[in-house]
Amino acid sequence: MLPHMPVRIGTGTTQADPRTAPSRRRTSILDRSLNKTRNSEVGLGAFGFLFSEIIQYTQGRVEGIQDFEQKLSDLGFGVGVRMLELTMFREKSLRRETRVLNILYFIHNVVWKALFGKQADALEKSTDNDDEYMLCDNEPLVNQFISVPKEMAQFNCNAYIAGVIEGILHGCQCVARVTAHTIPIDHKPLRTVFLIKLGPEVVQKEEATK
Amino acid sequence: MAKQYKTLGDEIWKNRVEPMNAELFIFTYGSLVVQLVKDYEDYDQVNQQLDKMGYNIGVRLIEDFLARSGWGRCTDFRETMEVISKIGFKMFLNITPTVTSWASDNKSCSLVLDENPLNDFVELPLDAQQQLWYSNILCGVLRGALEMVQMQVEVKFVSCVLRGDDISEIRVQFVRHLQEEVPINDE
Repeated sequence: MLPHMPVRIGTGTTQADPRTAPSRRRTSILDRSLNKTRNSEVGLGAFGFLFSEIIQYTQGRVEGIQDFEQKLSDLGFGVGVRMLELTMFREKSLRRETRVLNILYFIHNVVWKALFGKQADALEKSTDNDDEYMLCDNEPLVNQFISVPKEMAQFNCNAYIAGVIEGILHGCQCVARVTAHTIPIDHKPLRTVFLIKLGPEVVQKEEATK
Repeated sequence: MAKQYKTLGDEIWKNRVEPMNAELFIFTYGSLVVQLVKDYEDYDQVNQQLDKMGYNIGVRLIEDFLARSGWGRCTDFRETMEVISKIGFKMFLNITPTVTSWASDNKSCSLVLDENPLNDFVELPLDAQQQLWYSNILCGVLRGALEMVQMQVEVKFVSCVLRGDDISEIRVQFVRHLQEEVPINDE
């Protein structure tokens, strides 16, 4: 028997000590409104502290920058899958996007707004490679609190967000590899470019359905 | 008395805290817990690790708290707990847990989390329901932060809605005042 099977005892407060009462749940997770947290906020500091702790924990368990970024990306992947479901549900668009460009626009606008309260700063197609797109954020949230030592200059903790994007793309059946690169411009030292390299099957499909 | 803290907490939240979308925070925390469960394969160790990470956060977070709130020294432990609930929790998580169940010696009490953003979207698998304290990081944060203001406390979850309990309750036990000294490195 499931311990969290709903067992209603009375209507309000119970007499029993909650610490010893048999386990039961007031509202199941499925009964909660998915929009409950839509506009809820926490302090940016809370995220900053949590994220820096995640960075430190991860750093202690990896060898080299590539491995480090991969681990962070893996952490973000699941977040992306969930964000996709939530945002699609809220956009009331239950149809799956199939065109790569539409998916990327969706990330650039809707997802970025949901996550960071603003649109991404640019979405560009690579001129060199047909299967590459670039999404830019001039002031990314996650590396505001992380200072990277000189010897790790290549490292960008937006690898986490790159993982989120990868998760979203994956959820759209659009397999791609996403990496984060610091490309500063004037007065935007943290500007990050997310390089999205589509999988060959995605490119093929795009060609075939043109 | 308690009202004054609440007003200040609300004022700080409105004017001195930069807010962000809670969902990214919630999912990020979830992602961390999942990773810890994978890495340790043992819920007790995950609890410990979360507590440790919280401690690391707490020792640094206290400075942010003091700077933003401008709060001075608390007169007693009761006041400390009110400030933690109405200002501290408000500032970082935008919630105000209820401070309740004071022991007669005023040295221990409970924080009841009517809301806990960390818990949102979370459903624990059955085996985890018996052992994992999903939000255990909060205990470490309290312990670390209070240690930095020379208060040694023991903090632990005694119930959690994710485990099927009616309420989420953190028990805080005051141990002693610490002498001014170089903090011990927990690493």
